[in-house]
Amino acid sequence: MSQVPADDPLARLRAATQARIGLGRAGHALPTRACLSFDLGHARARDAVWTPLDTDAVTAKVDGWPVCMVHSQAPDRATYLRRPDLGRNLAGAADLPSGPFDLSIIIGDGLSSRAAQAHGAALALDLRRRLPGWSLAPLVLAQQARVALGDPIAAAMGARFALMLIGERPGLSAADSLGAYLTIDPRPGRMDSERNCVSNIRPPHGLSIAQAGEKLAWLLMEGRRIGATGIALKDAAPTKDRPHVHHQSHAADPARPSAGQAVAGGDGDGGAFPP
Amino acid sequence: MYRIDLAGTRHCFPDLKALLAAATPLRSGDQLAGIAAQSEEARVAARHILADLPLKTFLSETVVPYEDDEVTRLIIDRHDPAAFAPVASLTVGEFRDWLLNDKVRARELSALSPGLTAEMVAALSKLMRNQDLIAVARKARVVSRFRTSIGLRGRLAVRLQPNHPTDDPAGIAASILDGLLHGSGDAVIGINPATDNVDGAITLLHLIDDLRLRYAIPTQSCVLTHVTNSLQAIERGAPVDLVFQSVAGTEGANRGFGIDLALLAEAHDAALSLKRGSIGQDVMYFETGQGSALSAGAHHGVDQQTLEVRAQAVARAFNPLLVNSVVGFIGPEYLYDGRQIIRAGLEDHFTGKLLGLPMGVDVCYTNHAEADQNDMDNLLTLLGVAGVSFVIGVPGADDIMLNYQSTSFHDALYVRDVLGVRPAPEFEAWLGNMGMLDTHGRVAPRDIATLPLARAIADQRFMTP
Repeated sequence: MSQVPADDPLARLRAATQARIGLGRAGHALPTRACLSFDLGHARARDAVWTPLDTDAVTAKVDGWPVCMVHSQAPDRATYLRRPDLGRNLAGAADLPSGPFDLSIIIGDGLSSRAAQAHGAALALDLRRRLPGWSLAPLVLAQQARVALGDPIAAAMGARFALMLIGERPGLSAADSLGAYLTIDPRPGRMDSERNCVSNIRPPHGLSIAQAGEKLAWLLMEGRRIGATGIALKDAAPTKDRPHVHHQSHAADPARPSAGQAVAGGDGDGGAFPP
Repeated sequence: MYRIDLAGTRHCFPDLKALLAAATPLRSGDQLAGIAAQSEEARVAARHILADLPLKTFLSETVVPYEDDEVTRLIIDRHDPAAFAPVASLTVGEFRDWLLNDKVRARELSALSPGLTAEMVAALSKLMRNQDLIAVARKARVVSRFRTSIGLRGRLAVRLQPNHPTDDPAGIAASILDGLLHGSGDAVIGINPATDNVDGAITLLHLIDDLRLRYAIPTQSCVLTHVTNSLQAIERGAPVDLVFQSVAGTEGANRGFGIDLALLAEAHDAALSLKRGSIGQDVMYFETGQGSALSAGAHHGVDQQTLEVRAQAVARAFNPLLVNSVVGFIGPEYLYDGRQIIRAGLEDHFTGKLLGLPMGVDVCYTNHAEADQNDMDNLLTLLGVAGVSFVIGVPGADDIMLNYQSTSFHDALYVRDVLGVRPAPEFEAWLGNMGMLDTHGRVAPRDIATLPLARAIADQRFMTP
């Protein structure tokens, strides 16, 4: 017997949270409908992890921007999940044009190909509009990618900045959240504290493309001005942006991510853990 | 060098940490670190050697050098030889048999725990099947107190975890109300803040404390922010009941968390000075998780389960009210699937209890692990049988801030019902006074709209930050 409260005092509070409150009870358990709703969220998150990035679909959305394809050293998803180290290294000799460029934008599948596919191209185009005068490298689509895969890619192209747009670890209610990671003078061995992240890019529930584009453009211009990304740049960010803009300092906190990363959810391999 | 000839094959392990790593049940984190057993046969060979190893070995041989690591020094320096005496002559295998004996009960286990080092307990657990981990943990009794009693026999508490992605007070209050109406919150009402700063933490501390005082809820509050933030909050007069910190099993990994033992001691003293507990002054809350040291690049080639027990040894030094492993949170590169998560959850609970910790477990997983809610049902039920002190309660098992799945308020009701365990006594009495229990003492599935608590909280106004 499922019992859903008739006059629900939670109703007034429910608008304040997406948490699954006031679900009712069947005995001590969840009512059938709440169970199925949970299962749907989990299924969508699982599919976001395991569905390969459709590179053709992304290429069709980039308005003629030249595109390069790369792959990390993780040959498949099962290996990718077990070996984050392989996801940070480029496979073989990638055929990338050498710059110099001001900025290399990389769209990586990360842990949610859905996020990369849904928002990656739109955000890249938004940024192109906001950065007149910047020389942009061909767009790179990266498969089985971790955040740090952007370093060897941008280094190979001689780009001053690497911007990795990558699918964040999917949650039950948010399977298509994109994270953006900015690194100056990218090269293998860059530490997470040297990056800035704008997380939870997920219109219409999270940051919109325009909001994310505005923050990232500010970070790029300010980063170029002060010659740094990471902690120094984070501290210069307008206070109102702080919840969504953070450096990647934290040592991986297995127990809980520190706040910024929690909102971030985001380095493409689990929010709490730098890739 | 440790070696054994088994069924015509010679197996060699260069040192103690290699032996411990090889003896560990398979998990992806040890594979990632390149220290897992080379074969199934090698794993069993390592266990054979381990079974014959005297427990005393762990007092003279360390897995992380004493000179280099303050966690090792803590473990060795705090070892109590008198408490150790009853088992001092045993090997690891004999110790397992001793623990499983009927005559060894809660009193013997409590007396023994100061005599056990983290590495002894880790080695022991590698020889134990899941049922052994359950059977021995079930015998242990560790009770801690602040405003409720945690760990009494026949009781199972719940940490109410009302997280919100923007720390919105009304959103958090909604989840707190939902949890209270399901009989959750007796371990702690503990928020992981989305914004990591002192002002935010203080706002949230006042939010919980005001609710607690207004409705006379016998529980404690905690904002799970960095220990340095809690120290500042205390200095600024905020109502800090429990100081939280994530801890790891090596000095280097703790440095990655921005802590050391001296800082934890300072925070412990600061929280004690507030004297906010009513029935006890256990003021610390620690979380741990297998894989943290590897993730921080500070694992010294030691397997993740041994390091987890060392993290528990850190927690033990500060008389915590609550300690839990966040077992499946760290992701599949450390615990790949439901099977590995379940094993690790049982290990962490067992080793913590044997060391004398008030152990709970965040029974949880992420969406990129090969696990689902059925695995969590299994682990929750097994831990309930093992006598887990507390579990986590999240609305609908979906943490919308940390993006992972834990156990729900409903899950807590389920496990209390099927195992006949009850909330902490102080909290249970409050539930009764609030009209939330039926004649059998169960949280009644009634029309919550009629409950005065529900009305009162729902009608309350909350500030928007």
